[in-house]
Amino acid sequence: MPIGPKYSGVTESVLFLLETVGEDVIRSVPRLFYKWRAIEKLAEGKTADEALLLAERFAATTAFAHGLAFCRAVESICGADVPTRARVLRVFLAELERLRQHAGAIQEICESTALVVANSQAGILEEDLLRISGELTSHRYLFGLLVPGGLLCDLSNDACRKALGQSQRALKQLNELEQRLRVSSSFLDRLEEVGFIALRDANAYGLLGPVARASGLVRDLRRAQPYLGYENFDFDVPSEQEGDGYARLRVLFAEARQSVRIMEQAVVALQSGAIHEPIQVRAGVALGWVEAPRGGTFHWVRLTDDGRIARYRIVPPSFANWHGFHLGVEKFAFQDLPIILSTLDLSVAENDR
Amino acid sequence: MSQWVINGIRRGIKTTAYPGGTERAGGVTPGLPHGGEVDAATGAALVERCPTEALSQTNGNVLVDNRRCVHCYRCIRDVEHPLDWQQTYEWAAVRDSQNEFGPAFEHSIHIIVVDAGDCGACLNEVKQLNNPYYNMHRLGFFITPTPRHADVMLVVGPVTDHMRFVLHKIYEAMPMPKRVVAVGACAVSGGVFAGSFVCAKGLAGVLPVDVEVPGHPPPPLAILHGLLVAVGGKTSATLVSPPAAIEANSLQS
Repeated sequence: MPIGPKYSGVTESVLFLLETVGEDVIRSVPRLFYKWRAIEKLAEGKTADEALLLAERFAATTAFAHGLAFCRAVESICGADVPTRARVLRVFLAELERLRQHAGAIQEICESTALVVANSQAGILEEDLLRISGELTSHRYLFGLLVPGGLLCDLSNDACRKALGQSQRALKQLNELEQRLRVSSSFLDRLEEVGFIALRDANAYGLLGPVARASGLVRDLRRAQPYLGYENFDFDVPSEQEGDGYARLRVLFAEARQSVRIMEQAVVALQSGAIHEPIQVRAGVALGWVEAPRGGTFHWVRLTDDGRIARYRIVPPSFANWHGFHLGVEKFAFQDLPIILSTLDLSVAENDR
Repeated sequence: MSQWVINGIRRGIKTTAYPGGTERAGGVTPGLPHGGEVDAATGAALVERCPTEALSQTNGNVLVDNRRCVHCYRCIRDVEHPLDWQQTYEWAAVRDSQNEFGPAFEHSIHIIVVDAGDCGACLNEVKQLNNPYYNMHRLGFFITPTPRHADVMLVVGPVTDHMRFVLHKIYEAMPMPKRVVAVGACAVSGGVFAGSFVCAKGLAGVLPVDVEVPGHPPPPLAILHGLLVAVGGKTSATLVSPPAAIEANSLQS
């Protein structure tokens, strides 16, 4: 049974080939790359500043994380030393993006289970967080802030404190939402023991991010390979053991709390100083990595002598997690497909770079 | 379950004043650069910095082509003389003014949203139109998954080769009269993906486009304005700023 590439209301383009017996999906093949824009090829011959636009814009719901991974690759080639203030601000913004992205993922889960009030309330929170981002940085998806060597513009301490206060309020409402969802049996019935992914499978398929952590595979690049001074921040890496849809939802809520905890520490750690150290371009190869909201992200860059991109490769987290899509979907009822899809939080744009 | 009802009511009404009034909350729009009189050297430096050729210079004015702006902020950040930046959101413009929309679009309309290679941001902003802040149902806009019920096709993304066939099939399956709205810099001009060998330079080369909504991504209010322009509820904006400079320019030529 083919579904897609255009299906349902507001969804990304992807084709699912499902084999069903009665209500049960026994085999599923996602056909991706309808949205392939060849950005790795497009980046070749461009300067780092031009290619940064592509890195930010190919999967814009997690734009800051991808832009950051690219900048870190270029900075590591050029041996740039990013000023402390820029590093702390980058942490603050990356966590704000994670908080917003997780609120969006939670909203999609509420929407897929047709819990109307919860959907509206999560929608309000996502829009609130988009507005907080917009008020702080002028762009709702944090475009145009990064530059290899630091940040393009400074954010005042007061503005960061205000954004933190607003984020804390949003988190409080998110916590209240979680409390109510935990006692809504009709909601839990749709999530519990649905879309189950075992730890062994998560490990074998190399799953990443909240999906892997909900199956007990605790991997977080902020811990494993700290960058931007994440080793100086005090935070937990939430994980669950069950590996079902409800475990993934709980991980999203727990990570949102940790993000605000990191933001609180970042605001305290803000010192005055420069935000941009111009880089000296030179030839070389480097890997930039960050823990994006959907999981570990790698950007590999090779620069020529004049600072142009010779080769560029991206390994986004959704690329790994789409490999685990069939693990979640097969053996479950067809009507659970939208719910499983929303709990896996897969991005097609990220995969189809 | 009664908790949900009580809590939903306690949250109060969140819906924006737009289109009846003006939305003044912070962070609802990324804004767009606004052209104007700039001395030649500053103007040349700004034009040089723009990565998508959205800026140009004529008669001592810097013109901004909204269709090409990708919000990189390079004309206002880290420059000596930044360009004027306006936090507006009524950006949508009718592409071909000869195309009258007629009475068929005066009542509620159904919209099919097609992702033709979008980065996720435009799609997410379209999705926000259904949240309580924007609630487009109150204005008679409904999203439908089937082209047979659709009056308006809303396209996001730079139109990848693999999606062309899908777009044509959907367009042909839609009943007449129908309208096409291109949302976002990518669908309007190709944006940063215009140079890609698998992307069209926007939707206009693939399907007849009626309304264009610039922005990268356009905020929900801009998309709402685009839909209102498509049904004749709002007047069309201009795609180039400042409009006065273009008129002066065309008079001279």
